[in-house]
Amino acid sequence: MSDEKRVDEATGTETVGHEWDGIEELDTPMPRWWLITLFGTIIFAIGYCFAYPSIPLLHSSTAGYLGWTSHGQLDAELAADHARKAPILAAIARTPIERIADDPRLLAAAQEGGKAAFKVNCTQCHGSGAAGAKGYPNLNDDDWLWGGDIKAIHQTLQHGVRYPGDDATRMSQMPAFGRDGILKAEQIDDVVSYVRFLSHQEPFNISARRGKEIFAQNCAACHGAEGKGNRQLGAPNLTDAIWLYGGDRQTITETVTNARYGIMPAWGQRLDPVTVKMLALYVHSLGGGEKLPPADPAK
Amino acid sequence: MAKWTSRHKAIERNVTILAVLALIAVAIGGIVEIAPLFWIETTVKPVEGVRPYSPLELAGRNIYIREGCYSCHSQMIRPFRDETERYGHYSLAAESMFDHPFQWGSERTGPDLARVGGRYSDEWHVQHLKDPRSVVPESIMPPYAFMAERDLQFKNIADHLKAQRGVGVPYTDEDIANAVADLQTQATGDGDKAGLLKRYPKAQARDFGGAGRITEMDALVAYLQSIGTQVDFKAAAAQEQPK
Repeated sequence: MSDEKRVDEATGTETVGHEWDGIEELDTPMPRWWLITLFGTIIFAIGYCFAYPSIPLLHSSTAGYLGWTSHGQLDAELAADHARKAPILAAIARTPIERIADDPRLLAAAQEGGKAAFKVNCTQCHGSGAAGAKGYPNLNDDDWLWGGDIKAIHQTLQHGVRYPGDDATRMSQMPAFGRDGILKAEQIDDVVSYVRFLSHQEPFNISARRGKEIFAQNCAACHGAEGKGNRQLGAPNLTDAIWLYGGDRQTITETVTNARYGIMPAWGQRLDPVTVKMLALYVHSLGGGEKLPPADPAK
Repeated sequence: MAKWTSRHKAIERNVTILAVLALIAVAIGGIVEIAPLFWIETTVKPVEGVRPYSPLELAGRNIYIREGCYSCHSQMIRPFRDETERYGHYSLAAESMFDHPFQWGSERTGPDLARVGGRYSDEWHVQHLKDPRSVVPESIMPPYAFMAERDLQFKNIADHLKAQRGVGVPYTDEDIANAVADLQTQATGDGDKAGLLKRYPKAQARDFGGAGRITEMDALVAYLQSIGTQVDFKAAAAQEQPK
């Protein structure tokens, strides 16, 4: 191996001086654009270190001339967003909920806001399409336990259902007819037959005939003489095909035996009033929303 | 350039010089990465409210790790608008200071859980863990129904506290002595609740799993209900302001 450098005749470039069995290597200089890029990035990195937090010290790091922090950037983004939304949110806040529909633009904005809040807070139980699940009501149909006009929905959202921390929460308690020994097992069997007759699932057989009497004495007070339910008490309509827990014999028997106490949080305690309002407008828009009754009942 | 080339050649052809210089280069990199670990205590700003896990929460956390929940769920909300609007206030370093190992991550097949505590009811958690698709039809989470059947092994929970103390979690002798009793109190709601709350402020005590006995479900739900609830963010905001 020789260390003799020489200028290669064919290219005019110096060799590095290595030679192995007649093979030599050219010492071609780096292209200028490559060197400029290399030194440019080094200079940029030095500038970056001064501008942004970078050099680690013992207890923190250098703060940088621009004073940038990821938290600060987030705060600025949130502030800009709040400022952008402020006029529309203020308009929603000062308009009574039943009057918002008068302004289509305001209504559309409120429903959009409600849709976003629904995705974050409500989908876990009511489903991303608001179709509900066993024990969690479907919000797309026109069957409402506690009322489906805009004010009733707003009230339910604000105070929840059977929510322990809210005095104005929607409260009702079906007796556990079986567990508490109010009805015997065969009486429950009969009343289930009658409920299944009411919902057009079974004929009016002997069992249902006996159950009719038991229903009138134990159930009609809340569910109504015809089983149509009572929204003041959150008592569901038993004559339709919509079931919160299930309309088969076994599930109804379980419901009558142990009763059900579904709970919904009082969102008025967790979310700001405008968000709750927007949520009410969104839920009302889902398909089952009802018009306010002509003579506004005092609530 | 020729001068530099010849120096380079000298280094390349002398194995001793090459080894010494390589060692120095690697050592600089090592020091920059390792040295700050010795001052890490002063790097994490303490935030009021953060406390070690209660024995029941720790047992739940052990189950969380055993089942590999971290494979799909992170516990780290980054300071971006989309994350804070979905999950809540971004995570603070202090909130993980008693986590060994921490549960941060970037893999989110499921949602982030850093603020899941108090967001849903215990019943929802139990139903969701037993059969995720019964409440979230589009979920791909596997069911964990067996947890409701399996009794929680907690006779040795004091040893778990000791192990945590060994890696720096400030459990006191009193905490360790009361570990089993505290766990039972928290999982049933009966017992020395005042003592539990004195040792673990804000600890929630009730029958989480609803089974009437202490199951793995109780521990996991108790842990989930505690995640991200320790810090009062109105108070912490002032401490976290950029200087």
